[in-house]
Amino acid sequence: MIRIEPRQSSSALMTYGIPVLSAIISLLLASIPLTFSGAPIGASYFEMFKGVFGSKFAFSEMLTRATPLIFTGLAVALAFRARLWNIGAEGQLYLGAMAAVAVGTGVFDVPGVILIPMIMVMGCVAGATGMAVPTLLKTKFGADEVVTTLLLNFIILIFLQYMLEGPFKDPMGLGWPQSSPILDQGMLPPLMDRMRIHSGLIIALICAITAQFMLARSVWGLKLRAIGENPSAARHAGIRVNRTLMSAAIISGALAGMAGVSEVAGLKGYLTSDLSPGFGYTGIVVAMLAGLSPLGVVAAAIFIASVFVGADSMSRAMGVSSYLADLVVSTSLLCVLVGGFVARFKFVRLIQKKEVTQ
Amino acid sequence: MNSQKILALNGLSKTFGSVIANHNVSLDLYRGEVLALLGENGAGKTTLMNMIFGHYMPDSGSVDIEDTSGAFVPLSLGHPQAAIAAGIGMVHQHFTLAENLDALDNIMLGAERLNRLRRNKAAARGKVKDIMKESGLSAPLTVPVGQLTVGERQRVEILKALYRDVKILVLDEPTAVLTPQEADTLFGNIGKMTKNGLSVIFISHKLREVLAFSHRIAVLRHGAKVGEIATSQADERKIARMMVGSETEEHTRKLMPPGKPILCFEKVSVSGRSRRESLECIDLAVNECEILGIAGVSGNGQTALAGLISGMLRPNTGNIFVDGVAVKDVRPSVMVDAGVGRIPEDRHRDGIVGTMSVAENMIIECLDDQAVQRRGLLKWDTIQAQAEKMTVKYDVRGPGIEAPAQLLSGGNIQKLILARVFEAKPKLILANQPTRGLDMGAAADVAKRLLEARARGAGVVLISEDLDEILSLSDRIMVMNDGELTLAKTRDRAELGLLMAGDAE
Repeated sequence: MIRIEPRQSSSALMTYGIPVLSAIISLLLASIPLTFSGAPIGASYFEMFKGVFGSKFAFSEMLTRATPLIFTGLAVALAFRARLWNIGAEGQLYLGAMAAVAVGTGVFDVPGVILIPMIMVMGCVAGATGMAVPTLLKTKFGADEVVTTLLLNFIILIFLQYMLEGPFKDPMGLGWPQSSPILDQGMLPPLMDRMRIHSGLIIALICAITAQFMLARSVWGLKLRAIGENPSAARHAGIRVNRTLMSAAIISGALAGMAGVSEVAGLKGYLTSDLSPGFGYTGIVVAMLAGLSPLGVVAAAIFIASVFVGADSMSRAMGVSSYLADLVVSTSLLCVLVGGFVARFKFVRLIQKKEVTQ
Repeated sequence: MNSQKILALNGLSKTFGSVIANHNVSLDLYRGEVLALLGENGAGKTTLMNMIFGHYMPDSGSVDIEDTSGAFVPLSLGHPQAAIAAGIGMVHQHFTLAENLDALDNIMLGAERLNRLRRNKAAARGKVKDIMKESGLSAPLTVPVGQLTVGERQRVEILKALYRDVKILVLDEPTAVLTPQEADTLFGNIGKMTKNGLSVIFISHKLREVLAFSHRIAVLRHGAKVGEIATSQADERKIARMMVGSETEEHTRKLMPPGKPILCFEKVSVSGRSRRESLECIDLAVNECEILGIAGVSGNGQTALAGLISGMLRPNTGNIFVDGVAVKDVRPSVMVDAGVGRIPEDRHRDGIVGTMSVAENMIIECLDDQAVQRRGLLKWDTIQAQAEKMTVKYDVRGPGIEAPAQLLSGGNIQKLILARVFEAKPKLILANQPTRGLDMGAAADVAKRLLEARARGAGVVLISEDLDEILSLSDRIMVMNDGELTLAKTRDRAELGLLMAGDAE
């Protein structure tokens, strides 16, 4: 018989070794379907590795992919820390992107130093609104934010499609449902020549470091953690739970909005309804992998982006389905979550004593 | 009582991490005996019983039990089923009843075979009725357990154990939730059952009931058995000394003239989910330099009263005055700012955020204070230095101020809360069950701090189920029963007990 008991303490080897071990096991698991698809495993994983670390371009592509994931991961992690279940980062991302397009495509033809901050602020405000409304419904009427934020994603996506067919539609777009391009001076500056990597990454990293610092060392962060860990004690101590929840919602929504801004004004330049291949939902995975720690979000986003970009490149090189990328991501998530469980608990084998019969 | 041994614990030890819960405890139990297991909180009484019952696996040691043929056999440890089969029944301090089922279903639960479609309730009812007649325990069988009183629920728990034909009954702090009268009835019934050959082990830290109702007393301290004594040869001082290692210091309460009123309730009403959680038209006054004791069995409106004083509940009608000023917007932070210090009843739920550090928990009530923050950023060095100082001053022991507060023991968590409350120099202190679950040393510390605050001029509202505590600390006593407060004109235990049960006059 085996009994599961919580561990009193975990060693450094456990803390850092288990996630790495989980990642390796997930790759081993993913090699099963890979074998079925007929690709040689060693070569496939080599291609995958090469697709991320093989060249400066590959590496920059991976970081480009990680950028929106850091934003949405932070958005989810901060909300979850306050026990506010924001499943709507996807919708808030599109709200941010729409706001960026609304101010950045020619309404204000001002220099970049004014236009870029304006785009970012509007994107944050739009995203924050997208989370503030469900939170208001939660605090005033007890509406479950899991349901409201999730369903808002679909509403926002349909609203976006309407906007792309109507007010936002690019007159020069040959009839495609896409917005006019953001003015050149409104685009976030690229980080390297002839690469897609842009300064959104820098902003994301600054956000992560700030969030980490604020959570640990600010009054706001302490209140946020308190209402998340023990709302009853927080209320008893005089912390205004609903107010703090609302502030967490606004920050969370703003970060998700920034993901949209960074994609539209850093990468694509114009808005379509397939701007995000589910960055909002993947943000939940990133946040969970990171154990809801802001700096952990950066590491988790880079891991997930590596798997995606690497698996894409592998599927192109080996001619296997790119759905394998999704598979690797999901097995790795499962493995890391199980690994986290193993790190927290220990398995005790009970030694059965022989019954003495007389 | 005869001298036939039916249970023997041989050198049981159990550690949790670095904490030694039990160390090499050996203990015998004889047929028809009432053995009291006495010790401070955290002495390892419950752990020891949980090892007998199979909830915990001991690190070393064994348990022998008499089987049906009268032979002594080792008990298979770590399996509650084995303990039940061997005739051991345990009634936990926190009841394990399904509230939506009636008593009979609760009693049968787990004792039926699951592969039968029909249940034989009639036979079960007959058996339970017989047990009730023999033992003198009675409880309504057809009413959902959720509607029964605490005393009745406890009787259902005991009946549940007896229904499984136990020879040994373990009761974990059976009187913690009972009125003195209910407790006396319970012990009367236990006496009756032991005459029929049942052996009882009961855990307690109330010296009075242990002396009055047990045959033999075993005392645990820091996980080890420090003494065993026949009750006939014991007295209160002797066993108190065994429990704490030395005699407890008696706190002396100097008489002080009460000052001006510091807290006033004026026709305050509040409606909770049930009548027991509601208060109607309560008037109350607490003065400076005064400890007002609120006696009563819990669940009679104390939660609502404490909620109002701590700011967690808003009154529906009526006014609350703190230091002569009407509190309009009753909220926790407003009460704190008005000078109310609150020691919550459930210190784990309301007192601390367990995953946050000791230092953070120290400052959580004064986050807007410029002493701990500047422009929204915590002054970490000041906070840490302050926390270090307070842990020394209030003797909070644990793995340090950076460690999560949940790693502290119950007594040290309470000391952390005391540090937070008393350091703010409150004008009024609400102490809701401040010593519940604490060992004698920690409880004496709480009492000392409350008396110090009173000497400084603070008013104290002391809500407690422990009548001895109320009697030793309070200047005035009010009794709470069914949402009503009555000023007690007596300090006689029996009469107070009657007031608590609601059948005075």
